[in-house]
Order: sequence, then structure tokens, then C-alpha cells
Amino acid sequence: MTAALQRAELPAGGGLLRFLTCGSVDDGKSTLIGRLLLDTRSILADALQALERTSRRRGLEAVDLSLLTDGLQAEREQGITIDVAYRYFSTGTRKYIIADAPGHEQYTRNMVTAASTADLAIILVDARKGVLTQTLRHSYIAHRVGIGQLVVAVNKMDLVGWSRERFEAIVAEYRAFADGLGIEDVRFLPISALAGDGVVERGPNLGWYRGPTLLELLEAAPAANAGRRQRFRFPVQWVCRPHGVAHHDFRGFAGRVESGEIAAGDAVEVLPSGRRSRVKEIWLGEARLERAVSGQSVTLVLHDHVDVSRGDLLAGAGEGPPVSRTVEAVVCWLSERALSTARRYVVRHTTRETLGQFVEVASRVDLVALRQVEARTLGANDIGRVRLKLAHPIAADRYAENRATGAFIVVDEATNDTVGAGMIL
Amino acid sequence: MSTRPAAALTHLDWLEAEAIHVLREVAGQCAQPALLFSGGKDSVCLLRLAEKAFRPARFPFPLLHVDTGHNYPEVIAFRDRRAAELGERLIVRSVEDAIGAGKVVLAHPLESRNKYQSITLLDAIAEHGFDACIGGARRDEEKARAKERVFSFRDDLGQWDPKHQRPELWSLYNARIRRGEHIRAFPISNWTELDVWQYIARERLELPSIYFAHRRPVVRRGGALVPVTPLTPARPGERVEERSVRFRTVGDITCTAPVESAAATLEEIVAETAAATQTERGATRLDDQTSDASMEQRKKEGYF
Repeated sequence: MTAALQRAELPAGGGLLRFLTCGSVDDGKSTLIGRLLLDTRSILADALQALERTSRRRGLEAVDLSLLTDGLQAEREQGITIDVAYRYFSTGTRKYIIADAPGHEQYTRNMVTAASTADLAIILVDARKGVLTQTLRHSYIAHRVGIGQLVVAVNKMDLVGWSRERFEAIVAEYRAFADGLGIEDVRFLPISALAGDGVVERGPNLGWYRGPTLLELLEAAPAANAGRRQRFRFPVQWVCRPHGVAHHDFRGFAGRVESGEIAAGDAVEVLPSGRRSRVKEIWLGEARLERAVSGQSVTLVLHDHVDVSRGDLLAGAGEGPPVSRTVEAVVCWLSERALSTARRYVVRHTTRETLGQFVEVASRVDLVALRQVEARTLGANDIGRVRLKLAHPIAADRYAENRATGAFIVVDEATNDTVGAGMIL
Repeated sequence: MSTRPAAALTHLDWLEAEAIHVLREVAGQCAQPALLFSGGKDSVCLLRLAEKAFRPARFPFPLLHVDTGHNYPEVIAFRDRRAAELGERLIVRSVEDAIGAGKVVLAHPLESRNKYQSITLLDAIAEHGFDACIGGARRDEEKARAKERVFSFRDDLGQWDPKHQRPELWSLYNARIRRGEHIRAFPISNWTELDVWQYIARERLELPSIYFAHRRPVVRRGGALVPVTPLTPARPGERVEERSVRFRTVGDITCTAPVESAAATLEEIVAETAAATQTERGATRLDDQTSDASMEQRKKEGYF
């Protein structure tokens, strides 16, 4: 099949898969992404020529695929990835969004950023070095952030003589760690991002490996929410009140179905007030829908004139999450300025913003030993368990049950920076 | 509409839903947003997405165009007609005015005015007190853009600091700012050029005629086809040819080149885009190739 034809076929049933690549510094994340793009023929001629020119200028013999992703001046100067880059490619069946996350410990928060929206994580391991602290740290974070599917790609197999024994030793070591954390869905595969074996093409060097290539694995990976029955959750973003004569009585609630589905006629409750009504109409632009499913942004019109505003949550009647002013959560601290129990912060949960205060830091995860240790505060890149008191109640699910209604961010009132990522327990 | 499970949302459905969500977050969090509308294909998508996000109400923001004065007349006519059809308010601010006021000094009268757009844009932001500007930039366009957040914070001088971006988790966007600062919001960050064309074809969106194949006098210069216009005359010794071309991107006449094409329908453009061997900017922009970091530098200075 020619490159042109391959790209011309439009993704149909496979929809979209978001994944991130992570692992330690220099384990070849950027090269792997370059390889995926190159071998799926997603790098166009002029971009490839630019890559060749830059590689030559730097005195390299082969094209340095990692140059594709390090887009910032500071990154090229230092040869490391600082911030998340997003890349796109598409096969005959699926569109992919790759988040290329930094490996450096100092930029763990950017790894958390990339992980928060991913359905799958590829964790790279350098076959020569085996499982490193950063491998475990990233696996822990990916697991903690709720990524259901982990793929451990043992890279640089070319540098260990394509050794099956080496691969199996790494698999055994990683599995012991994953079992300890209760991570169930892990797949392993040997690859060479540099040579291309095991990524898109099978390659000539890994004859002993019978499993799928990385791309085959991605093509078969279930999309987010697939096969998971979840309850209807609809945070209201905006109230649609046209003032024109034609729509004088129209009052719609605009938002995205974060989980579950909703049909005209369904009974709903408004949280936190608890008032109930029924869905009269569902609109997407000028189209009227019978039903809306998880992921769709729509506008709902209710039968009754109940009070609903931005920040409220619509849920199935009697099926809403608990409403509370106290929250137990795991927080990843993203700021250089440590978490303070003396200060107030802005807490943003779904579309609702309220003030909050940390009443207790219960523990911190030692990201080397991967166990809870006692703590009073959290510093940059720390992950810990906290209790929060909020000025106004929120309707929240447990994060493990619902990523959209179980997550919150913490914003520093003084700087307006996003300083914490919270997951409700 | 028939019932279908969530997994069956096509990638265009998903991208559309995400973009609508982003637009509504801007409306929900910002007091005084504006939507940048140039008449180009990406901003045509934004208008369609805004209709899906906010109708039957009016848009909770005006449209804003920063006119370099070097635009194709077809595009300007389209811009005005589209805004009128939608019944939305269009604010036009012009780089020409900034030149007249002595705020912009051109090195050469026919110099590309693209980079001066940021000065006029920042003036317009200050004049109207905009706290957010919604733009049609996509991450697939350029390396520096691939790094930018969906809600991108700009300081009181309009600068982007790529090393200190706000972490952006889940779909919890943070638009909090102080007076004088603003947010650039990019609802179609995750779209590619092909997604844009597929969406335009699916929604049957109208576009300026220069996106479709037409005959136009051009000269060949440094691998690109350069249109021969009063602003970009042929140089001595250059041979003017009439070729069938279309524009993949529209912008300042002095730095936007068409590609050779016979694609006259949306379906033909989708097919051609899918088979393209040159990137959108590589084929058509004459001002981005100065260095690996030219876009990053311009974004740091307030460019979109």
C-alpha cells in the first residue's frame, strides 16, 4: 500500500486513542515517537528533509528521530524534553494523540499532565539498564492517575544482541513490582525504536518474539470507557438563554456527558440542590437528538423550571454522587512553593469553583521505595494523601470510579497557577 | 439518531465534542472573550463549533479580525458576509492603522506584515479589555505549537513563557488571570489539517473561493509558487505562468503561497490533503523557515 493510500483511508470504528510515552531520561521516548510517525508514514517529506539537515549539521550519521519532538529552544539546547508535546497520527482505523512526556524527575508534574488525559501508557525501559527508579515512579503515577492499560516496551534490544533472556529478565523484574502495586493490565514487548523492530514493522531481529508489535497492540487497545457501564454525569458549563423572540422560553443547559448516557424523557436530579426534573429535549447545534452518550457535548432542556447554573451537576434521578464539603484525596503537588495548611486555595472540580483549605496531610508517597511515609506538607512533585475542607459542597465520585467527576485541581489564589492535581478517594 | 455506544463516536465526533467543551469553558470562565476570525479554514471551523456550542443563543463574544491590509479581497468579502449571516458582531483592527500611528515601522514597504499582527492584536485586547482570545491554532502546525496548552496564559505584555506553562490536567482548564493578562484558548488544538478538511466536508461549510483550485499567475521562487499580485510583483527575469492552484492556508499575501492543484470540491481536497507529501506550512509559508525556533520566538512576543 502506498503512503498516500494509507493516509487517505479515514478512521472509522476505531475512533480515537490517547496515549503517553514515559520512562527514564535517554530511554528513547522521542526516538520511539519519531519511529511510530515515520513508519506509519506520518512525517511528510519537507519535515523529514529538515530532520536530515539538522542531523547532518550536528554531525550525526543517521537521522535523529528524536529531533521531531523536542520543539522548544531550551529543549534542543539541553537535549532533553521539558514539556509535554502532542503528536498525531492516524492509521486506516484509528486516530492517535500521543503525549510525549518528559522523563526528568524535575518535570514529573508535566508527566502527570500528560497522564491525566491518556487511555494507555507506554513505559519505556532501556534493555541495557533494566527497570530504574524513574520507570517505577512513572508506572506508579500512570497507575495512580487511572490509566488502565500499561505497555512496557523494552527498548534498545539492538544493544543487547536481541537477547531473549535479557527481555525475560526485565519482564520478571517489572512483573514483581506491578503485582506489588496491584497493577493488572500490563503488556510487554521487545523493540528497537532506532532500528524499527517491533514498533510498526516486525523487523528481522526478534524472531523469537511471537506477540504483537507496538502498533498492533495500539490498534487493538480498547478506547476509554469502552465496555464500562457508568452512571450519567453532566457538569453544567453554561446556561443557554437566547433573548430573541423566536426562542423566548428556551432555557438549555450546555455541557458534556462525562459518563453514561441520557435520553429524552429520562429523570434527572440537579446537584448539589437535589431538585428533580425530566429531560425534555437534547440538542447538538440545530440537530435534536434522542439520546446523548459519553463524550458528547450537548445542550439539555428540562421539563420544569428548576434552578440550574454553571457548576451544578446533572445525574440520573437517585443515582447522583454524594454531596460533601469535606474531601479525602490523593494530591500530586505541582508547585515549587510547598502546600500550606494555613492558606486557602481555589479548588476547581468539574465546572465548579470553590475555596478550600487542606486540614491535614496524612502521608506522602516515597517515590523511591514506593511506600507511604509520614508527612506534614507536600513539595514540588510530591504525591500524598490529604483531607480538604471546602467552602461550598461538591458532588463528587471516587476517582477510581469516575475520572471526570473524581478529579480536581488546586489553584493558588496569589499567583493563579495550577499547583495541585487531586484525585478523590 | 440511532443509539450507539460511546466507543463508536468517530474521531471527528470526539474532536468536535472536545472543541465545544473548550469554547464553553471560555464562555463560563472569562468575562470578556473574543473569537479570532480571519475567514480562513480553521476559523471557519471555529465558527461552526461556536454555533454548536451556543445556539440558539448568540455567541457570548464578538468576532475579532486583525487585518494586515495584505489579505486577498475574496477572503475579506467572505469574512464580512459570514459575520453578517451569523448575526454576530465583527470587530476589525488594522495593522495599517498601527503603521499610520507610527507604532509599526516597516523595514520595507512590501515587507510581510504577519509579525506585526501581534502589536495590533495586543492593542485591540487592551482597547476592549479582552481577557481571552479564542484562536484556531493547531498543534500539528509547528513544533512550538505542539507544546502549547489548550488554555495558554499570556502575561501583561502578551508574552508566552514555554518553560513555565500552567499544568493542564484532565479537562479542568484554568483561566484565572490578573488585570492586563489574558488567555489564548485553542479549541482545535488536537485537530490536524486533515481533520479540519474532513470536518469542513462533513458539515458542508462554506469557504473563500481561493481554497479551491483556480487559475492564477504565479512565478516559481525557491521551490514555492509565488502568486503575482500588486503586492508581490514578478522580479526581473522571472517567468510568469498561469497555473491551476489552491491555497492550503490563507494569510498575508506577501508570505502565503498556493500549491499546484486541480481539487475543486471538498472531497477532492480531503483526498489531496490525505496524500500530501509536504506539510501545510512547509509548502505554503515563506516566513516560518528562517530558523528552527522562529515560531517559538514570535509566540513568545505575543504572536498567535
